[in-house]
Amino acid sequence: MSDDTGAPRTDDGAGIPKPSSEPLVVLSDVNKYFGELHVLQDINLTVHRGEVVVVIGPSGSGKSTLCRAINRLEPINGGTITLDGQPLPAEGKALARLRADVGMVFQSFNLFAHKTILENVTLGPVKVKRVKSTEAKKQAMELLERVGVANQADKLPAQLSGGQQQRVAIARALAMRPKVILFDEPTSALDPEMVQEVLDVMVGLAKEGMTMVVVTHEMGFARKAADRVVFMSDGQIVEEAEPETFFDNPQSNRAKDFLGKILTH
Amino acid sequence: MGDFLQVLGEYDIAGAYWFNVKLAFFSGIFSLVLGTILALMRISPLPSLQWAGATYVNLVRNIPLTVVMMFAAFALWPQLGVTFSENLDQNFFWLAVWALSVYTASFVCESIRSGVNTVPVGQAEAARAIGLSFLPAARLVILPQAFRGSIAPLGNTFIALIKNTTVASAISVADISLVMKYMVDQHGNYVIPIFLTVAAGFVIIVIPVGLVVTLLSQRLAVAR
Repeated sequence: MSDDTGAPRTDDGAGIPKPSSEPLVVLSDVNKYFGELHVLQDINLTVHRGEVVVVIGPSGSGKSTLCRAINRLEPINGGTITLDGQPLPAEGKALARLRADVGMVFQSFNLFAHKTILENVTLGPVKVKRVKSTEAKKQAMELLERVGVANQADKLPAQLSGGQQQRVAIARALAMRPKVILFDEPTSALDPEMVQEVLDVMVGLAKEGMTMVVVTHEMGFARKAADRVVFMSDGQIVEEAEPETFFDNPQSNRAKDFLGKILTH
Repeated sequence: MGDFLQVLGEYDIAGAYWFNVKLAFFSGIFSLVLGTILALMRISPLPSLQWAGATYVNLVRNIPLTVVMMFAAFALWPQLGVTFSENLDQNFFWLAVWALSVYTASFVCESIRSGVNTVPVGQAEAARAIGLSFLPAARLVILPQAFRGSIAPLGNTFIALIKNTTVASAISVADISLVMKYMVDQHGNYVIPIFLTVAAGFVIIVIPVGLVVTLLSQRLAVAR
């Protein structure tokens, strides 16, 4: 996928390419309310092309809402979000076009329950991008091969394990050749033994230079694959740093408290 | 018994039932189309369409079918000039189909909406996330699952429709209930056998429909 973005990259030797300095997703002064609840408070965040940003924080901190706001599954009440220089359009055809460029992987997989695994992956390319059916199938099989579920292509989602379904969901997102993929707690609904197979695919994507915004509780993944960790609490971005800096030397009390609770067990 | 069979033989019973079957068939198709459009309006993101769909359902669902049928025969055709055929019998047949379709569509709409509610919201989100706008998402992802989830209530609606076709006799469509009325008028001594015969005919028509509905709802259930 790294070829698609066309951004210049250098390899830092650890296998993970350095992100470019070109901004791809820019949130400025984003505010969002659920009724009285101020779930996103003056959020400013820039994700550069090729960058892997991991968003962590306690439940209810607004991290999922932030992720969903980027492709307007949650409309915002104030501020602006731009993708590749374009502001997010309101509902309609323009928004649909923009969403085609933003992959999304959900906590609950959300594979189309009445379609086979292969059809799940080809639906977007055929119906949205008007790729020829035979070509879409070929590409879908390559992607399914890559995430290790090609032998399940003719089954229905309910016949697959959670880990397999989530890998198909990643293939479905990749099939659209997105500029960025959003992961909304992709491993939270998985049985523990299936978490690793999904994370392995995600680490692979990060290594290939895919731009990713990942909301997760997997600190191992954050350490291994993130260019930057964003810590959210109570609707605010409290801290942003490279993973080593953040995990080894958190600055804010809230981050220290959070890390203390999750890293001690 | 032999006399009663002779009485039955004087009437075109099968032909009369055929009217009910035709009424149910055409009204079934038209109400399914109209009801689906209404359901789409009610789940669409546009408030004006939602309002129009809800208003239709709340209005039409609460009018007795006989009133809708009478409206078709005495207002829609003579006053508003809606004519379906130059042949008077044909015209009344299609006016009855119109009334049945318009009436049943409101129930079809609500059956489909109950089916839409069986589709998890994540399905729509995933459809939007790959760049499908409202109509393609509805056509490719939501409705195929919603129809499967609404087979049981749709089946009930169509069974009610089959029986409601007898209301067409109110505007002199020669269906089985009109023939039944003639028979009762002319052969009062056979009232009970006449009623039982007509009732049995409907049971024979409707039972297979119910069986097919049950079979389909099991066969087509979406595994989650």
